[in-house]
Amino acid sequence: MLKTMSMKSVLVSGAAALAIAGQAQAFEQSRSAECIAPANPGGGWDFTCRSVGKVLTDLDYIKGNVQTVNMAGAGGGVAFAHTVSKRADDEALIVAASTATTTRLAQGQFPGMNADQVKWVGTLGADYGVIAVGKDSKYTSLSQMMEALKNDQGSVKFAGGSASGGWDHLKVLITAKEAQVENLPKIRYLAFSGGSEALVQVVGGHVDAFTGDISEVKGFMDSGDLRVLAVLSEERLPAPFDQIPTAMEQGISSVAPNWRGFYVPGEASQDSYDWWVNTVDELYQTQEWKDVMTKNGLMPFKKSGEEFTQFVKNQTLDIQILSKDIGLIR
Amino acid sequence: MGTIELLMQGFAVALSPESIMFALIGAILGTLIGALPGLGPANGVAILIPLAFSLGLSPTSSLILLTSVYAGAMYGGRISSILLNIPGDEPAMMTCLDGYPMAVKGKAAEALATSAIASFIGSFIATIGLVILAPILAKFALKFGPAEYFALFALAFATLGGITGKNQFKTLIAAALGLMIATVGIDISSGVQRYTYDSLHLFEGIDFLIAIVGLFAISELFFFLEQHAGDGLKQVALNKLKLTAKDILFVLPASLRGALLGFVSGVLPGAGASLGSFVSYTLEKKVSDTGEFGKGDPRGVAAPEAGNNGAASGALVPMLTLGVPGSGTTAVLLAMLISLNVNPGPMLFQQSPDLVWGVIAALFVGNLVLLLLNIPMVGVFVKLLSIPPKYLMPIVTLIASVGIFSITGSAIDLYFMVGFGIMGYVLRKVEIPLVPVILGMLLGPEMEKNLRHALVLSDGDWTVLWSSGLSIGLWVVALAGLILPMVFGKILRTKMKRSKDGLTD
Repeated sequence: MLKTMSMKSVLVSGAAALAIAGQAQAFEQSRSAECIAPANPGGGWDFTCRSVGKVLTDLDYIKGNVQTVNMAGAGGGVAFAHTVSKRADDEALIVAASTATTTRLAQGQFPGMNADQVKWVGTLGADYGVIAVGKDSKYTSLSQMMEALKNDQGSVKFAGGSASGGWDHLKVLITAKEAQVENLPKIRYLAFSGGSEALVQVVGGHVDAFTGDISEVKGFMDSGDLRVLAVLSEERLPAPFDQIPTAMEQGISSVAPNWRGFYVPGEASQDSYDWWVNTVDELYQTQEWKDVMTKNGLMPFKKSGEEFTQFVKNQTLDIQILSKDIGLIR
Repeated sequence: MGTIELLMQGFAVALSPESIMFALIGAILGTLIGALPGLGPANGVAILIPLAFSLGLSPTSSLILLTSVYAGAMYGGRISSILLNIPGDEPAMMTCLDGYPMAVKGKAAEALATSAIASFIGSFIATIGLVILAPILAKFALKFGPAEYFALFALAFATLGGITGKNQFKTLIAAALGLMIATVGIDISSGVQRYTYDSLHLFEGIDFLIAIVGLFAISELFFFLEQHAGDGLKQVALNKLKLTAKDILFVLPASLRGALLGFVSGVLPGAGASLGSFVSYTLEKKVSDTGEFGKGDPRGVAAPEAGNNGAASGALVPMLTLGVPGSGTTAVLLAMLISLNVNPGPMLFQQSPDLVWGVIAALFVGNLVLLLLNIPMVGVFVKLLSIPPKYLMPIVTLIASVGIFSITGSAIDLYFMVGFGIMGYVLRKVEIPLVPVILGMLLGPEMEKNLRHALVLSDGDWTVLWSSGLSIGLWVVALAGLILPMVFGKILRTKMKRSKDGLTD
């Protein structure tokens, strides 16, 4: 492994020399690559790695294979630390990330680490936030619910699949803040260990409202047990979700995409970073990837390279401010 | 979609060559593990979980493999009961009573065959019960709010000691240990880290699977090292099988009664297989006063075997529908499902019908496989019984280590596993049961979460905990589960002991 690494760096310096000579795309990716999914098999990050890995090999971007390595722990923290400390210049490594990663970075839950220690490649889609209620709820629109919250922050209790201060909780706070609800810490949020557990409580009539992602609500939406008040996206989503109004339409400019994407080690060369950015850009346009998205309910959300890095910075900053507002961090 | 249709889809999953293969492997390994004295189904499943992980199996395949191991272990438990008069696991204890005398009389093969058929009937009927009851309970589960769940978890803890538990106080210590371990990691209700000392490896808490494999499988290794047990065990010789249709008809009513009783006691949290086999045996003795119970009556073999196998399938009902395990082994299965990102509970039936119905269908297939395996091939298992543990233990250790490593790819987890192994060894030395430790780890956080949710929803009013008919009902059962064993448990155990002592005299 070490040997191939030094071989690679020789190649890279060679490639850099060529690049100076004015040739674009001189970087040559190694035969095989590795994708770290910072969680156990079966979850979102695992899916990101496996589906991207498959398309990358099917379309010959990577000649050998893309091996998915599951590295669970600390909500992605173990993988982040591993990437920063042990793989800092590995150019054949990508790590799956999502809004959960930026949330934890923003709240200092990866001690001593921050978003600048890695390079952010790009996204390949997103799962948008929703706010929903049971079919017997008195609320029929998001604006109505927010009015109720303005009068009494404890009047609507929310259930979601992330820990307190996690992304599902933040979605409610972002929306309430946009709707000019004051005293945000007073809003009640019940943390469950998964979206489905939270949904059952809302459908069963035990909790007032559900905060989660669009991919989680389809079953109960189809059965008519759940009324989705708003989707937190800039525009309406494609069918079958095109009947759901956005928060924007209801006068609340709350947008909350749970993006799926990657970062690479912080000391990977600029050339290798560019290679990954271009590859992800191209991959996003392919029919193969579009099929993966349709099949798995991923919605369009595309940012890469410089734009994505800036986006991650802003998102981290926003979350930091919000987390301070609610007293989660000091 | 109707239940039958879903079940048919399940059979489509269960009858794929891959599933049949895993069911077969699981059945064989399970029977073997069940047959080895001391290694019960909980250990069996714990030892084989790492195998499922190192093979990178899908949740469905893993669950098919492990439920087959579970069912197999319940079959296997009877082999050493009958041939060695040592129960392979606790539920198989009642099988000793008439099984061993039959073997002494030179009817070992008949005893084994009868018990295999009874086991099959028990599992089969209970699986039908599972098919009928589980979807109903899954729909009913929507009625469970945080307060009801809290009462349900209290019930599970209250009945932990169970009717056959030896020392309630030690059970309590074990459960408290589990609860303490469970507090490590992020507290999702407040988003605060507890007892993690800024170590990333502790942020998500301590993995159940590492604890399970350490406590059960690795401690087994330490026990082996201590005993230097190099030789296999001596046993009664096996005769040639002479079993007629009349013999089967003779034990059929006993098996059917045992199956039903077993299923019911399996569904009740905490009661489990031991109670199932005990109640079935006692009832059979009462119903047929003409028999020669305790001296080798075939019905005395059939009833408890049908009972404990029925209970094994019954225990899957609360686990799949409510996410609350009905026994130690289902607790281990539950831990594995959670690690595979499959959340048991009412949503499981909606979200992963393939998995649920595939597994249920696989139980039917597995049982058929087990019956076929256990009648003609029983001689093979008997031979396996005499394999010296010095060959088995290294394999167990290897599988455990590779499996744990392949879950997270971190060597630290291996240290944790060994640490839990030492803890398991010490606990077993002082006779503190291990299953409550696991249940404490699994149920503790859920119980805490539901209590806090209930109080948030009621704005801090504690009376919410007993404000619905359902929660009051659960509290009553919990109280009964706590008090009854203290009164009747003693009587039951002396009875069980007396009937066993009377036999060996």
